Amino acid sequence: MSTFFSILDAVRPDRPRTRNAENPEATRRSDVLLSVSNITKRFKTSRHDTMALQDISLDINQGEFICVVGPSGCGKSTLLNLIAGLDDPTSGQLVFDGKRVEGSGADRVVVFQEAALYPWLNVRANVEFGLKIKGTPRSERKDIVDRYLELVNLTKFDKAFVHELLGGMKQRVQLARALAVEPRMLLMDEPFAALDAQTRDVLQQELQEIWARTRATIFFITHNVREAALLGDRVFVMTPGPGRIKAEITVGLRRPRDPDTHAVVDFAAEIRSALQNDEYTGRGQEGNFAI
Amino acid sequence: MLSSETAQLWLSTAFSLKNFGRVFRIVRLIAFYAGLILLWHLVYKAEIWPSYVLPGPRPVFDQVWRYIDNGILFDSVYATMQRMFIGFGLAFVIGMSIGIANATIRWLDETLGGLVHGMQSLPSITWLPLAILWFGLSQTAIIFVVVMGSLFAIAISARDGVRNIPVLQRRTAQVFGASKLQTIRYVTLPGMLPSIAGGLKLGWSFSWRSLMAGELIFVTAGLGHLLDLGRQLNNISLVMGIMIMIMIVIIGLGADLLLFWPLENWVRHRWGLAAA
Repeated sequence: MSTFFSILDAVRPDRPRTRNAENPEATRRSDVLLSVSNITKRFKTSRHDTMALQDISLDINQGEFICVVGPSGCGKSTLLNLIAGLDDPTSGQLVFDGKRVEGSGADRVVVFQEAALYPWLNVRANVEFGLKIKGTPRSERKDIVDRYLELVNLTKFDKAFVHELLGGMKQRVQLARALAVEPRMLLMDEPFAALDAQTRDVLQQELQEIWARTRATIFFITHNVREAALLGDRVFVMTPGPGRIKAEITVGLRRPRDPDTHAVVDFAAEIRSALQNDEYTGRGQEGNFAI
Repeated sequence: MLSSETAQLWLSTAFSLKNFGRVFRIVRLIAFYAGLILLWHLVYKAEIWPSYVLPGPRPVFDQVWRYIDNGILFDSVYATMQRMFIGFGLAFVIGMSIGIANATIRWLDETLGGLVHGMQSLPSITWLPLAILWFGLSQTAIIFVVVMGSLFAIAISARDGVRNIPVLQRRTAQVFGASKLQTIRYVTLPGMLPSIAGGLKLGWSFSWRSLMAGELIFVTAGLGHLLDLGRQLNNISLVMGIMIMIMIVIIGLGADLLLFWPLENWVRHRWGLAAA
């Protein structure tokens, strides 16, 4: 395993080695990419006043794979929107890469659950979209798109239209589109939730490999505890009403991980017990979790 | 014996051909119109009505041929189509702008949006008296009527088209840091096309109706004017011939084939929608 990472380091000497699966403490000492402090988010309408997030604080380091687990309505997507700059917090602040988050930008790109691709563009043009917005010269775009299509194994489908793709392929296109602009942080909002179990397994595996190769910092939302244990360096467990971080679990396992090993299953069980063990299990939320 | 076997073989081959259905439909269509003309001819021959009320197909065809031959028909078609394209083109640009503005700016939608719906309920020919008082009996007046006839239908469908774009598609543009103009150019304009196709067709037919009504009253060149000329000359064959020509112009040159079929086909291909 250590040979595997040292090969990667040799390939990409320009990036600092920020992640060490065998020694999670090494991760802690590295650079903080995103710092969320005392965030509150309140949605106020004439009829409802909902506290979506209350007093959220967390730090995410460069190159970390963060998973957020929680039942529907716990505010995890709200938190993602705040990080993405699609919405503003009611109080508290987010500091990304040393700067206060104000609005969205190509340094924090979101991969949505579904229906976020453009049906009038083919696969290649969809992947190219972010580069076009960014103003990357046409001559450079082709090579970049080729590279990321290859990374997600869609080279052969570059001329296909969105309606011709299966669910898993659509998510790969979204992933390639997001990675193509080389964001500092990838925000994934339950990207595999709408897929069938087999496709999800394959994509989880591919995402691990892609992460190892690109060393992107990933903020990954899921309601699947096994997925969180499989993918995350650290897992934040959230509770609803108001949305709060209830537990933080460090998954100190080697990579690549296999979803069926005891270690992963054990961590999944730990995350699940953190989700279920106290006050909110009585509110009928327990049905939302899959292992 | 042999011939019946051959016939059977021929029939089965013909039926198994993939495009047999299409050929059959075309033949059936031609037969339908031939039958209609034949029926017309028979009714004419039965002399139920005098020929100045119902002329036969032959004198009508002769009249049309005369007007083709002396060039007046083509000049009229040209004048009419010119007004149509100028008017519809203006209505398209203005209507799309109003529609997109209404869809993106909330306060505009709440004020101008209601007015657009109200104006849409006006029959387009009601703009004619106003147009004559403002612009006189001129080309400008008739184009104004054509524009007002289709403008609101296009604006309403453009607004709905923008509103129908899935939220995540717009949010994706935002995520990549797209500016307002980039979002309109790369997401709003292409994304609204499936909904706009229907609105453009509706606008086109409104324009066409108001144009014909306008030309009937105006003393200028155009198909509507030829119709009125036929009435003044008490020339029933000319009136019917021009009406048939108008139908042919609509069917042949008109909206569906030239303008909207390619658009709908493109949308169907990209979005993977079933044939509408």
